Amino acid sequence: MSTDKQEREPLFSTKNRKLLTNPLNIDNPITVQVLGICSALAVTAKIKPAFVMALSVIVVTTLANLIISVLRNGIPPRIRIIVQLVVIASLVILVDQVLKAFVYDVSKQLSVFVGLIITNCIIMGRLEAFAMGNKPWPSILDGIGNGLGYGVILIVVGFVRELFGSGTIWGFQVIPEAFYELGYKNNGFMILPPMALIIVGIIIWIQRSRNPELIEEK
Amino acid sequence: MYSNAYIFRYAGLMVILVATILSSAAMLLKPLQERNEAIDKMQSILSASGIQNVTADNAIELFNDYVVNMIVIDDNGNVINEFKGAGKENSEAFKINLKEQLYNKSVNRSFKLPLYVLEKDGETINIIPLRGVGLWGPVWGNIALKSDFNTVVGVTFGHKSETPGLGAEIESPVFKEQFPGKKIFNDEGEFVSIGVIKGGVEKFPAEVQRHNVDAVSGGTITSNGVNDMLKNVLESYVPYIQKRG
Repeated sequence: MSTDKQEREPLFSTKNRKLLTNPLNIDNPITVQVLGICSALAVTAKIKPAFVMALSVIVVTTLANLIISVLRNGIPPRIRIIVQLVVIASLVILVDQVLKAFVYDVSKQLSVFVGLIITNCIIMGRLEAFAMGNKPWPSILDGIGNGLGYGVILIVVGFVRELFGSGTIWGFQVIPEAFYELGYKNNGFMILPPMALIIVGIIIWIQRSRNPELIEEK
Repeated sequence: MYSNAYIFRYAGLMVILVATILSSAAMLLKPLQERNEAIDKMQSILSASGIQNVTADNAIELFNDYVVNMIVIDDNGNVINEFKGAGKENSEAFKINLKEQLYNKSVNRSFKLPLYVLEKDGETINIIPLRGVGLWGPVWGNIALKSDFNTVVGVTFGHKSETPGLGAEIESPVFKEQFPGKKIFNDEGEFVSIGVIKGGVEKFPAEVQRHNVDAVSGGTITSNGVNDMLKNVLESYVPYIQKRG
């Protein structure tokens, strides 16, 4: 029985905590693993869609990680990618149906992004790299962590783009009218997708220069 | 290793299970979803005619209060169905599938179109529902015309999947506020529709300004879609408008 005790670790052991916090920093899915860039470009012109997208991705990564982790010993390796895809796609369709039935306004806001979640490489990346080989609880933490890491970057990029591109935050005007009268103009380039890439690039640059672990040797 | 038989059994079972879950979810939630869609359509119609504060809760009630007639017209401009009683959300005009009818039009088959007549502050407002294609998917909306069937009172637009910040800006007040006061017929009584053009409408002569609005910057294809949608749908109502005199 003593071996059983050794294997059991506290719910929030250092290792498990790292699963949550690493994706926010040195293992960030967008800035370090460079996954999920497509949707980061597409949905960050405004904060609100970025936020809802982040929330939906957290829900889907967490549930998909949990389901795959529970099933991991029965999934035949030869069709594992198909199984993963079926799980993700079904979850996304379910989320979409529920949103349409109960919060129609939000579902209208999301429209295209719900479908985009299926194509998000982060989700399948985590299933393949983590949930297939780990127990359910760490898999849930890993899902939440990666969803959060993705969401944080999305919201930061959305914040910068909405502020300078539209002069608003969450749809509310924050740059006073007086500025516009003095000749200030919204930067139209900010709302175009290339600017998202540049902002993500700047975030990567800052993160790498401040974090010695991420500096590659020449 | 897993045998082929196991893999087939696994895949088969998975597919059946997933299909059951998804189809039962779709069937259970369908009535709620359809109700939401109908309410959304009513809100859009009411808001095009400038009626404020329509919420999901009072939409059906307000819709029945304001709308006085639900008309169905055919492609020759004849009225083939009218509905003036209560329960307008169940009338034929409300249930017409615009996508289907516009497809019939595009392949030169006969078609029928809905027209909603509202009365607000003693004025008659005619609402024409719109549908077309944007960049990534369908765009739609409603255009409200005064009783002369010429001057625009207001518009609403919606879209399935246009890019936020770009094409999706057709929903923004800034874009929609350009429409009231525009005319769909010129002085000679010829149909010209309302154009969505690039380069700043205010730089053009007054005659052009009366029939055009500014496109959304960065949303050229969506703007063109709105332009084509207005032209395509409004022109289908011209026989009816001319028959009225």
